[in-house]
Amino acid sequence: MISISGLLGQAFAILLALVLAPLLSGWVGQCRAWLQSRTAPPLLLPYYQLQKLFHKDVVLAHGASSLFRAAPFVVFGCMVLACAIIPSLSTDLPLAPAADALALVGVFGLARVFISLAAMDVGTSFGTLGGRREMLVGFLAEPALLMVIFTLAMIAQSTSVATIVETLAHRELVIYPSLAFAGIAFTFVSFAENARVPVDNPATHLELTMIHEAMILEYSGRHLALIEWAASLKLYAYSCLGLALFFPWGIAPGDNFLALVAAIPLLLFKLAIGGAFLAAIETINAKMRIFRAPEFLGTAFMLAVLGLLVRLLLESKV
Amino acid sequence: MNAAIPFSAQLINLFAAVILLLAFAMLAQRRVLALINLFALQGLTLCLATLVAAVTTGQVHLYYSAGLTLALKVLLLPWILYRLVKKLNVKGEVEALINIPTTMLVGLVLVMIAFNVALPISELSHTITRGTLGIALAVVMLAFLMMITRQKAITQVVGFLSMENGLFLAATSATYGMPMVVELGIALDVLVGVIILGVFFFQIRDQFDSLDIHHMERLKDN
Repeated sequence: MISISGLLGQAFAILLALVLAPLLSGWVGQCRAWLQSRTAPPLLLPYYQLQKLFHKDVVLAHGASSLFRAAPFVVFGCMVLACAIIPSLSTDLPLAPAADALALVGVFGLARVFISLAAMDVGTSFGTLGGRREMLVGFLAEPALLMVIFTLAMIAQSTSVATIVETLAHRELVIYPSLAFAGIAFTFVSFAENARVPVDNPATHLELTMIHEAMILEYSGRHLALIEWAASLKLYAYSCLGLALFFPWGIAPGDNFLALVAAIPLLLFKLAIGGAFLAAIETINAKMRIFRAPEFLGTAFMLAVLGLLVRLLLESKV
Repeated sequence: MNAAIPFSAQLINLFAAVILLLAFAMLAQRRVLALINLFALQGLTLCLATLVAAVTTGQVHLYYSAGLTLALKVLLLPWILYRLVKKLNVKGEVEALINIPTTMLVGLVLVMIAFNVALPISELSHTITRGTLGIALAVVMLAFLMMITRQKAITQVVGFLSMENGLFLAATSATYGMPMVVELGIALDVLVGVIILGVFFFQIRDQFDSLDIHHMERLKDN
């Protein structure tokens, strides 16, 4: 039973994601600059960069196969799909049945595989290095993310993201200690997945330390623009997922138009707080060596499993 | 189903979860001073959990327990340990026998065992805090693990004290605390134990110029 208002809400949510994602990246960059006593770049910098890149010609390496050209579109598509099935404004999403929380992890995984393959496609050593590091981080982050989702799925008795958020948002106040564990684990994972400071530096061009940047060195023009946009969409998707799962207040139930309108400023507010929090964490932490990343993500996995166990022990009975 | 758990019990569960989290943080900690701070924090959380239990059940002696925990484990013992570390000039690094990620994974397995063991036991209990028995057991085992895997004497003492925290939590969760006499006795024992161990630290260091207990394997009766 897909309603017109549901379809409109879905379209609006996707549009909002596309528009807001670069803004979120810009806001995080600005907060980082403030905290580091630098002159902040303009808030709209990511838009200018996207515009610039879309107007440039594409330069392709000689050995580039069609995979290299297809990858940006696949990655971008995956991120748009992810943004579409994560309830940011309303839980009434016609696209939500397309993928549940487990498939969502798969969608992120698909994007990762494609961007890593594309990085290795041209055959430069940096691309290969970046791709391998990305796979290392990804294969450690994915189980932790799945464990977080299992914990939430056990609370809501469903793996559908919309149902989980619906259950969490519209209930009387119950303290779930397991959610605290899961929340910390999710924060760790999202830092690793979005190439943020303790694991990777999004602003670096120092070859020895970079992961994400190393993979996209060969891209230019509109391909690069799509990848940059997809990266900011990924950050937006993870922020929205975290906000929806752990701070679900204000997300509109069903197709209530007024609640939907009220949810927009609240989402903006929560994203602004989240972005500032992200920038603060990035400022007070140093980037760790790549060999410490398994320990970092191992801790995340452990916290997520602990959350699951605590859920079983403390909350299942009575 | 969760709505059936009263709010105070939820609060106690939350504190218990934080205690477990702190036990893991202590297991992962590499610096001695941070370890002592974490221990103090664990004591504070334990004190809060006991206080909530006291307010909910109206058991007067739980107030004394909470006060005792606050005075001893949050203020006095960390202060003694802090002074010991300063006086002995212990270096910041804590040497672990197994590397930290492996220790954490072993700890995770211990938690699973503890939870499994505690589940049937807590069925028999009728207190509002019974859910935390598994966590208390897990904290005890994690403290054991810390004592086993660490080389320096001070870390082992912190492990010992953390174990006492776990036992205290177990007593609170299973039977609303031990009789006052027992509790006072244990508190005094722990205090005296730490003071004696403090003296031992000086002796060990005078003998070996180090707090690494591996040197003690060479001790022989001639």
